[in-house]
Amino acid sequence: MELQVEQIVTWMEKANEKVQDNKEYLTSLDQAIGDGDHGINMARGFKEVVQKVSGSDYETASDILKDVAMTLMGKVGGAAGPLYGTAFLKLSASVKGKKSIDYGSFVTGLEEALAGMKQRGKSEQGEKTLIDTWAPVIEEMKKADGFDCDLLSATAKAAMEKTKDIKATKGRASYLGDRSIGHLDPGSVSSYYLFTSLAETIRGGK
Amino acid sequence: MSQVGIVLISHSPKVVEGIKDIINQVAKDVPVELAGGTDENEIGTSVEKIQAAIERVHTDKGVLLIYDLGSAMMNAELAVEMSDYEDIEIAEAPLLEGAYVAAVESGMGKSLEDVKKACESALKNE
Repeated sequence: MELQVEQIVTWMEKANEKVQDNKEYLTSLDQAIGDGDHGINMARGFKEVVQKVSGSDYETASDILKDVAMTLMGKVGGAAGPLYGTAFLKLSASVKGKKSIDYGSFVTGLEEALAGMKQRGKSEQGEKTLIDTWAPVIEEMKKADGFDCDLLSATAKAAMEKTKDIKATKGRASYLGDRSIGHLDPGSVSSYYLFTSLAETIRGGK
Repeated sequence: MSQVGIVLISHSPKVVEGIKDIINQVAKDVPVELAGGTDENEIGTSVEKIQAAIERVHTDKGVLLIYDLGSAMMNAELAVEMSDYEDIEIAEAPLLEGAYVAAVESGMGKSLEDVKKACESALKNE
């Protein structure tokens, strides 16, 4: 299968639902080790994304991904804005001109998205950031031959849960040092919502 | 004589407004623009606000951006990358002290490079 424009809309709608449903939860995670606004910021950003993309007509998958990127950059407010915004912008650029996205191109696009986030946040895997969800998911996706919703969801969940054991060295949580251990990284949790929403979208499309 | 434009970026609109008040005591005519808070003036930063501030403050001497916390830096970098101007720099300096020194240096008609350098050494007594 290939990812179509309509599926990207569904993906964003599902991600928005999860973020809205878990707004308080994300905020409580961020209150423990950050500045406590991740839930509010993500809820605001994804609400705007859905408003932007739901009614619009898109020629290509890259066009809609670019709008997602610009909306997140403009509306989120916290670090998640430039990070997720950069990710979707890189993904969009990677699949530029494509009406729909085949699996290989999508994985390549995600790799470029990840590289963009690492550069934007000056961060690597293992520093208790959203990269710790993205990197393992992409690693597993590279090994698969096509979209596999169970693999996507399970890998994202396991990766997200692992961030509990990591000591933060980037972002606001790094000020806490060892006290950041034992808490989930909020960005990794919201990234899990993003990937599990993608998995649900693919499952629905089969 | 044109002066280097200065954009102050903070998570809070009040922070940059206060800093501008302090700057105005010593450097009244220096082009200083503010990008504090999100589009809704809540705590956070906005690429669009930073871009708009750059547009308002740009002179032929360029623009220096000074920011407070992590995501402000990311949004500052994004704004620079999306801008058509080549002469925009981001200073690695404490917001208040850096902005104060930068405004004084800019007021003397210094170049972007010199203003940035002075701004970044704001806490050193040189």
